[in-house]
Amino acid sequence: MLTMPDPDRDVLGRRAEIVAALRAIVPGEGVIDDETGRRPYECDGLTAYRQLPMVVVLPETVEQVCAVLRYCHGAGVRVVPRGAGTSLSGGALPLEDGVLLGLGKFNRILDIDYANRCAVVQPGVTNLAITQAVQQDGFYYAPDPSSQIACTIGGNVAENSGGVHCLKYGLTTNNVLGVQMALMDGTLICLGGKHLDAAGYDLLGLTVGSEGLLGVVTEVTVRLLKAPETMRALLIGFPSSAAAGATVGAIIGSGIVPAGIEMMDRPAIHAAEAFVHAGYPLDVEALLIVELDGPAAEVDHLIERVDGLARGQGATEIRVSRTEEERVAFWAGRKNAFPAVGRISPDYYCMDGTIPRARLPEVLDRMSEMSAHYGLRVANVFHAGDGNLHPLILYDANVPGELERAEEFGADILKLCVEVGGVLTGEHGVGVEKRDLMGEMFSEDDLKQQQRVKCAFDPDQLLNPGKVFPRLHRCAELGRVHIHGGQTRFPDLPRF
Amino acid sequence: MTESLSPKTHDDILDAVRWAVAEQAPLEIVAGGTKRGWGRPLKTNHVLDMSSFAGIRLYEPEELILQAAAATPLAEVESALAQSGQQFAFEPPDFGPLFGRPAGQQTLGGALMANLAGPRRIKAGAARDHFLGFIGVSGRGETFKSGGRVMKNVTGYDLCKLMAGSFGTLAVLSEVTVKVLPAGEKTRTVLVYGLDDERAAAAMAAALNSSHEVSGAAHLPAGIAAQSAVGFVHDPGTPVTAVRVEGPGPSVEHRCAALRTLLGGRGATEELHGRNSAALWAEVRDVSYFAGEPARAVWRLSAPPAAAAGFLPDLVRDTGAEQFSDWGGGLVWLSAPPDEAAANRVRAAAAGCGGHATLVRGPDALRAAVPVFQPQPAPVAALSERLREQFDPSGVLNPGRMG
Repeated sequence: MLTMPDPDRDVLGRRAEIVAALRAIVPGEGVIDDETGRRPYECDGLTAYRQLPMVVVLPETVEQVCAVLRYCHGAGVRVVPRGAGTSLSGGALPLEDGVLLGLGKFNRILDIDYANRCAVVQPGVTNLAITQAVQQDGFYYAPDPSSQIACTIGGNVAENSGGVHCLKYGLTTNNVLGVQMALMDGTLICLGGKHLDAAGYDLLGLTVGSEGLLGVVTEVTVRLLKAPETMRALLIGFPSSAAAGATVGAIIGSGIVPAGIEMMDRPAIHAAEAFVHAGYPLDVEALLIVELDGPAAEVDHLIERVDGLARGQGATEIRVSRTEEERVAFWAGRKNAFPAVGRISPDYYCMDGTIPRARLPEVLDRMSEMSAHYGLRVANVFHAGDGNLHPLILYDANVPGELERAEEFGADILKLCVEVGGVLTGEHGVGVEKRDLMGEMFSEDDLKQQQRVKCAFDPDQLLNPGKVFPRLHRCAELGRVHIHGGQTRFPDLPRF
Repeated sequence: MTESLSPKTHDDILDAVRWAVAEQAPLEIVAGGTKRGWGRPLKTNHVLDMSSFAGIRLYEPEELILQAAAATPLAEVESALAQSGQQFAFEPPDFGPLFGRPAGQQTLGGALMANLAGPRRIKAGAARDHFLGFIGVSGRGETFKSGGRVMKNVTGYDLCKLMAGSFGTLAVLSEVTVKVLPAGEKTRTVLVYGLDDERAAAAMAAALNSSHEVSGAAHLPAGIAAQSAVGFVHDPGTPVTAVRVEGPGPSVEHRCAALRTLLGGRGATEELHGRNSAALWAEVRDVSYFAGEPARAVWRLSAPPAAAAGFLPDLVRDTGAEQFSDWGGGLVWLSAPPDEAAANRVRAAAAGCGGHATLVRGPDALRAAVPVFQPQPAPVAALSERLREQFDPSGVLNPGRMG
């Protein structure tokens, strides 16, 4: 059972006063305190957890964001930032005593600068809208999470979002040049800009992926890339997931970094085919989609090599896209894998661990055993190039106990990922979902040092508390040094 | 007197840092020592010599990862990678000769802690973009780790980014994990002769805004080009603009031809193949052109790529600096007189375009008189200082080096 920080009774008692103060900062309909109006904000993409926020604020200007934070800082009120609310880890789960700060109205593209190959956008602009704004000129923004039609760039910065093309083109952190950000005390800072590297400590790199715990991003400068001349894909069927995994290793080992390599297991293939009729082979245990991009000469050359490597590993079926329609069709099943699984099960729970890819066959075997143990089916889609696994656990929330079993199954999968040398989350974030598993991967000292980073940004721990860290330590306690003069002898080390 | 501590095990590092905290005896952290002249001069009596932390622990080419003790010589790592046709895509420079030291001495940890990046920065990123995980000791005398051994990981804050470019002021690292990538099978470089700085910037932008996946774009004014060891670069006696493509053979040939067509109207073109291409980009990467005049200050100015051509003529006139640019104009290297007037002028130019300038090499007196790193706006400087205190509250790790 998830426990969130105890609500501050004093803050709840001052609710009317807090709402009035916020209304003085954000006029009109930008402050929502009635229950019906707050209801849409009670959860994000992790719908198993819900909590009505104390009040919702939807500012329209950067000055308002700073003023709201400054007020909350002074009044000791907690704040939870939110973009489009597509987080799958509960990163935007509200607090009973907290202000839900929605950035949805920050939806303008401020500057498209081809001379410096970048764009400056507000945080509420969707990921896909950036590419749409520049594609007529042949450019695009590289990270492409599956939720790109809805998720915002501000949320992408918070979560360091990936996508199917990040093996070759990187994650959000590799494609963001700068942010403007409000700290919890209302101070506005700029990190990075249109140049390529940071002055001083890389606070930008630290901010990306910080899950809304360090600041509220109010502007983002992203890199734009020129779209490749050609994109083609191979659809390759295998008699075993081990053979598919070995093929991925052979491709990368031979020096080819494809634009994307995705794997699906048998249950995922069948669910996707039944949903979108992509023409996937149904008599295989694993399917790879390998996309290559670049000049036609390069793509043709690499397709031949990938074809040869796949045959060498026992591929039973290989199709190469001849037209853009075919390429899109190859992807259709993969891109719709989540809703496809949603059709064959009342509910599903999407996991997000990363493993060293060579351990895949073992991890899939162990997952089958767990599936039998918990009596729940599981389908797997896998960003095979970088080892990021998305097991989808099928369950029915209306059957008493199934949600709890699905969560236990999920936790076991993530523990397994860590056990084989991987990590709890590859791109969805820790949020509240994996918070209590952090101890599987990190020692108490590791976690304390991370929390000290938080203390440098938000010493009162008012911004998005209860996320990422299983235990909240007070900054004063974390700051103590436990070494004192005269108690330590000179180290017994070789000296010169 | 300076005393050197040489830890052999991770626990030795813990002992050394705890002792330094207890005795308030700050440490200078050194491994290859190639970059000791970069940063503000330190006032410490104790050196923490990390040289014993050498050796590759794990290298899995198909997983694209390498794990090594932090002070493993970079040359050893790069040689192991080359045997599998791989490389560090961030193309770490070797600044040894720039600082009057031999080439080939730097360590992997040193390259990461200085967040090095070579010409391929424009396509593949800097050290920060390839740094996946570490184990280290904070200035609190505690062991901590961050990241992992997989490429895609958002579990907790990305402290690798914070370590990259922190010059040893936050933690002493004992082990690091880094992403590696296949090296391009083939490399070619298109040269365009005779462009002034402004026309060169436009030519580089045209190349970078094409779909030809340019992996290097540099411009050498005539005086710099004349110092190149590559005949095609120094012989003509003109400025030289260079654009690099890498990848599978048929692709490189196609893109090289397309770039010559694209840029041909701007000046005479030539192309460099394997060895010449590698030699030119090594010179640009290592800033070899400024190694010969050790008395001059060397500045590294990071700017929006399209901005540099606008301020360079005035900056050069006012300071008497020599300059060349990399990263399509986004990185300008300057060799200037080692005085405060030139320093202030360079800083003003950087601030004026929203970029920043670092004094990479200069005499101790200059590095003590002017900040080595661009001073930041007060709130960012205060935040950085609070962050440093969270890692090293007693100020025992390379104190003041980034001040």
